[in-house]
Amino acid sequence: MNAAESFNLRLIPLLPFIGATILILFGRHFKRQTVVMIAAGAIAGAAFVAFTGFFQALPSVAEEGGLRDVVWTWIATGDLTVDLAFRMDALSGLLCLIITFIGFLIHLYSAGYMEHEPDYARFFAYLNLFCGSMLVLVLGDSMPVMFVGWEGVGLCSYLLIGFWYSETANASAGKKAFITNRVGDFGFLIGMFLVFQATGTLRFSEINALSTPTSALAVAYHGMPLAFWVGLCLFIGATGKSAQIPLYVWLPDAMAGPTPVSALIHAATMVTAGVYMVARLHALYVLAPAMLAIVALVGAATALFAAIIGFAQNDFKKVLAYSTVSQLGFMFAGVGTANFSSGVFHLYTHAFFKAGLFLCAGSVMHAMSGSGDITKMGGLRKLTPWTHGVFLVCWLAICGVPIFSGFFSKDAIVAGAFATEIFEKVHLGWVGPAVGSILLLAALGTSFYMSRLYFLVFSGPSRADHETQHHIHESPSIMVGPLVVLAIGAGLGGLVGIPGGLFGHPEWNLLGEWLTSAVGPELEVPHQTEVMFMGISTVLAIIGIVLARVFYGGGYREPARAFAAAAPGFVKLVRDKFRIDELYDAVIIKPIRQLSSFLFRVVDRVLIDQILVGGVAAITDLFGRLARTFQTGDGQRYMAWFAVGAAVLVFLASRPPLPSELKVNVSGTTVTVDASRAGRPSQRGLTYSFDFDDDGRPEVQGTSAEARYTYDKGGPHTIRVTVHDPRWHKESSITSKVDVGSGSNN
Amino acid sequence: MGVLAWITLLPLAGAVLTMLVPRDEEAIHRGIGLGTAIITFIASLFILPEFDAGKAGFQLEVDKVWIESLGIHFHVGIDGISLWLVLLTTFLMPVTLLAPQAIGTRNIRVRDFTVAMLVLEAGMIGAFVALDLFVFYVFWELMLIPMYFIIGIWGGDRRLYASIKFVIYTLVGSLLMLVAILYLYAQYHAATGTFSFDYVALSRLTLPFQPQLLCFLAFALAFAIKVPLFPLHTWLPDAHVEAPTGGSVILAGVLLKFGTYGFLRFALPMFPLAADAAAPFIVILAVIGIVFGALMAYVQNDAKKLVAYSSVSHLGFVVLGIFSMGQMGVQGAIFQMLAHGISTGGLFLGVGLLYDRRHTRRLDDFGGMWKKMPIFSACFLVIVLASVGLPGLCGFVGEFLILLGTFGANNAWHRADMAGFFPMPKLMAIISASAVILSAMYLLTMTQKIFFGPLDKPENRDPHVRDIHGREKWVFGLIIVAALVMGVYPKPILERSEKSVSALISGFQARLKDARLDPTAPAHVFPPGNP
Repeated sequence: MNAAESFNLRLIPLLPFIGATILILFGRHFKRQTVVMIAAGAIAGAAFVAFTGFFQALPSVAEEGGLRDVVWTWIATGDLTVDLAFRMDALSGLLCLIITFIGFLIHLYSAGYMEHEPDYARFFAYLNLFCGSMLVLVLGDSMPVMFVGWEGVGLCSYLLIGFWYSETANASAGKKAFITNRVGDFGFLIGMFLVFQATGTLRFSEINALSTPTSALAVAYHGMPLAFWVGLCLFIGATGKSAQIPLYVWLPDAMAGPTPVSALIHAATMVTAGVYMVARLHALYVLAPAMLAIVALVGAATALFAAIIGFAQNDFKKVLAYSTVSQLGFMFAGVGTANFSSGVFHLYTHAFFKAGLFLCAGSVMHAMSGSGDITKMGGLRKLTPWTHGVFLVCWLAICGVPIFSGFFSKDAIVAGAFATEIFEKVHLGWVGPAVGSILLLAALGTSFYMSRLYFLVFSGPSRADHETQHHIHESPSIMVGPLVVLAIGAGLGGLVGIPGGLFGHPEWNLLGEWLTSAVGPELEVPHQTEVMFMGISTVLAIIGIVLARVFYGGGYREPARAFAAAAPGFVKLVRDKFRIDELYDAVIIKPIRQLSSFLFRVVDRVLIDQILVGGVAAITDLFGRLARTFQTGDGQRYMAWFAVGAAVLVFLASRPPLPSELKVNVSGTTVTVDASRAGRPSQRGLTYSFDFDDDGRPEVQGTSAEARYTYDKGGPHTIRVTVHDPRWHKESSITSKVDVGSGSNN
Repeated sequence: MGVLAWITLLPLAGAVLTMLVPRDEEAIHRGIGLGTAIITFIASLFILPEFDAGKAGFQLEVDKVWIESLGIHFHVGIDGISLWLVLLTTFLMPVTLLAPQAIGTRNIRVRDFTVAMLVLEAGMIGAFVALDLFVFYVFWELMLIPMYFIIGIWGGDRRLYASIKFVIYTLVGSLLMLVAILYLYAQYHAATGTFSFDYVALSRLTLPFQPQLLCFLAFALAFAIKVPLFPLHTWLPDAHVEAPTGGSVILAGVLLKFGTYGFLRFALPMFPLAADAAAPFIVILAVIGIVFGALMAYVQNDAKKLVAYSSVSHLGFVVLGIFSMGQMGVQGAIFQMLAHGISTGGLFLGVGLLYDRRHTRRLDDFGGMWKKMPIFSACFLVIVLASVGLPGLCGFVGEFLILLGTFGANNAWHRADMAGFFPMPKLMAIISASAVILSAMYLLTMTQKIFFGPLDKPENRDPHVRDIHGREKWVFGLIIVAALVMGVYPKPILERSEKSVSALISGFQARLKDARLDPTAPAHVFPPGNP
């Protein structure tokens, strides 16, 4: 066993699974501290193994594909072999660190946040289950193993969104998330089938290695390389999991779950799975630049669209949810412009600042007696100083203020979009600048709505009612501690990815360098472009903040009210999220229900069961009724029917035992006649007489039904066969014309 | 005597023993029933060490002359295909009898119920292991009778209607099959001069195309009704709704598999030319069934009906996999049969338990049950997820293999004479894969209506609505463990059926090639000159 396979990667997902199993089976009987110890301990263990693997075992083998751990053969039949195997390379290793590290922080935070929750153990069991599934997702060595995690995180998301299941709305939100994700999974499955058919493998490393211009994946199929269709199907999966247009609708509703869940699952980890998958299959996507263009455009469009919806939301978590949708759009724009490391970079910085923002939201809602309505907030700067400080850092990071982490990662995406040349190959050169421009607009929007959120929550006087104001308090240290750690990450985390073009030191981009072995080299952006877009980004971020200050600094100001009054319809439309949910409901959900209902009532019940099945039964019944009329139990009538039957039998038996047509065989002037009926041998006691010239004098007589005769001369003759039945004293005859000599008969 | 004969006869012995105990001793009847089922299960486990996964043909055979003059042998044996179906049967039966709700709410005539279930088990095992068509037919009919009584005596309000519908439907199919079996018997005699009902012998008889098609249709009708294939499925919801829990579990868990098993064991290998000709039509019916069943399930308000329609959808996958005629598809179909037995068996057990507590199956009557029965709810959710096809649980492996196999079935159903209207494999796979979405829709809607939301109905708050306890925990625990093990480590199952399936497919292709040379050649034994 070589170095690459000697590391026990399986422990990383296994430990959280063990934690979850223990909590599910026995958690109800444990004390709260024990539950937290088990849950957080499991994640800490996983984090320890992941960090050890990442920093000790991985560096020496990163270039050769990283660490691999095969547990056992999972599905093997015919040409298909899928190992239950894990792989840690530069990319999946990085994701593992993010998941275990942030996961651990959020476990700690939850211990405080969920303190009053009666179903404590169930919550932590789900949380552990989620972490395990997420780790399977990123560590999966092949598409089916990734799919296990992919569906597993979807399940945990379903369970955690609906954690407070007594509210029908929460349970419905969970169900909506699961089903929307399943629409995406459908695409994922088809993508897998296509890949397997083309390459005969489902392992990522082999698929990437086979993604060459001469491989089966590059063969044209309905006008596009096969890689395009594979990429499209998989991207449908990605839009489901990562909440992109058109499948983003579940994520805002998912905020029904507990806030730590929103931070972990619906911001930092699970929703980035789609981005991860595209990066994982980077070589395949590069093979189809047109598909990358779709990824980039969908990402950019989502980034802008969600940012606009974010302008008008009044629920703290809803704003953050749309912000997440928008930021995920940035990531897709990054990977979609073949700038894979930038997408992953943003994934990493976003994990910190968005988790931080969500946990701040939780802390704020904790302080506000559970309410998330930002119209009733304000003035929390002084009342919750720690939370405010953390929010401040994360806010500046997401706005893209220089030095803060979001600045570097967002800039890498935007500058890359303008600099990329991949779309030239398919004559779609406009895509890069278009995506870049949309992203700049979205960045301006982000800065505005996030600043709106900041000012409405933290600045000015409090708008809460007296009772709530009285209870406002800072959160306990077990919640504040993780917040501070996240703030440090959100503030300084971007320094690992200083763009090479900025100072002319490519080696300063530690992250880009590190990821080269997994997703290819960082996109090179010329120094001037880099500096120019950094400048533009900074200016836009500041404009957004200033504008928000004018509208909302210290509370709702005059311009905000004037704008809302000037265009009430538009503001309402945005607040209603452009009524996309209602649209989907009307064109998809309702029709399916109505169709099903129609099929059930008309086709299944009436057409099949009553008309077809019932029809067969009715015919049988009809015969039964007919037969029944004869069965009266009346002896005289039976005797009468008996007589009728006997008469029929006599009639049938007395029929002339002759065929309806004679079988005559002619050869030369010799004819052979067969007078037996229906191929059966002649009945006993019958005498046949054959009169071959129909002159009343039979030439042949006897009990045989067959006779042969040779004519003296050719020409037409009439043959008459007479049969005598001694039982009925009955004679009957049949004639047949024959033309001898010329070969024809009858 | 071999283990196969033992496990076939053990339940019958148990049934006789039960009959000897006086009518009032219900606890003893239950004990004998459960004990027999457990012993049969343990005995069936002895097959595993003796079974050689490297061999394709039949193993552990027992061949005893039964009626010499007619060439009837008591011939049983298993290969990788029947092996797991037998184990599924012997596993599900004790699990079902362990559940106190198996007999349904009409808790009467425990002795007769136990006898019926044990005779049913013997019939099922016998039909799976029979290698003589006469013996197969006897066991096939032997299953029908106890099931008729189970639905008719211990069923719900419309039990008579449902049981008669069930019997007539099934009998129509099986009588035609009997005619076809006798025809084959006669033709084999005409071709070789010997009388035999032996499966291996008869399955090498190649008939000319037309009689082959007629025989195939006779067999296929019997099997299609059992599966049930769209549009022959309407007996199923009625039978399930009326049957007591135990009847439903066995009906869905095992009996339906005789349809798909029959296709695989008899219809394909014995009539290759006809099966090949009919495949495009059967595939289309299967795909319609997958989507149609799912849509029907989506609008049901009766939990049992919902699960029954979901079976139509899931069994459609199995038929699709079988008629993809490739290694992955057929392997997936076999796995899906087992997975469906576990997950749908579990669902019926769960619905039965709810009915036992609440005396209703209407989804609208529930709500918030998680609060009341947390352990049961969690168990039920796991089974639902297994049925939805969540990877890591049993439902995924089969569906995945079937869809993958279908997707790559290339020109399996291409027919030059169908003017371009043949079912395109990729399209069929894509349409079928939509069940991934639909199954989540109907099953999660059911889950939500029963377990989530407020606990606002007074009947549900009643103290009699207890969480699972005692034996019930074992019932669901066993189902969940089986679902989990099959999902995470399906290898032992797949590798034991691998050889048998590849032999079946290559044999089918060879026969097909031979038969195509001269479709009108008189009945002969394949390979030619080797009777």
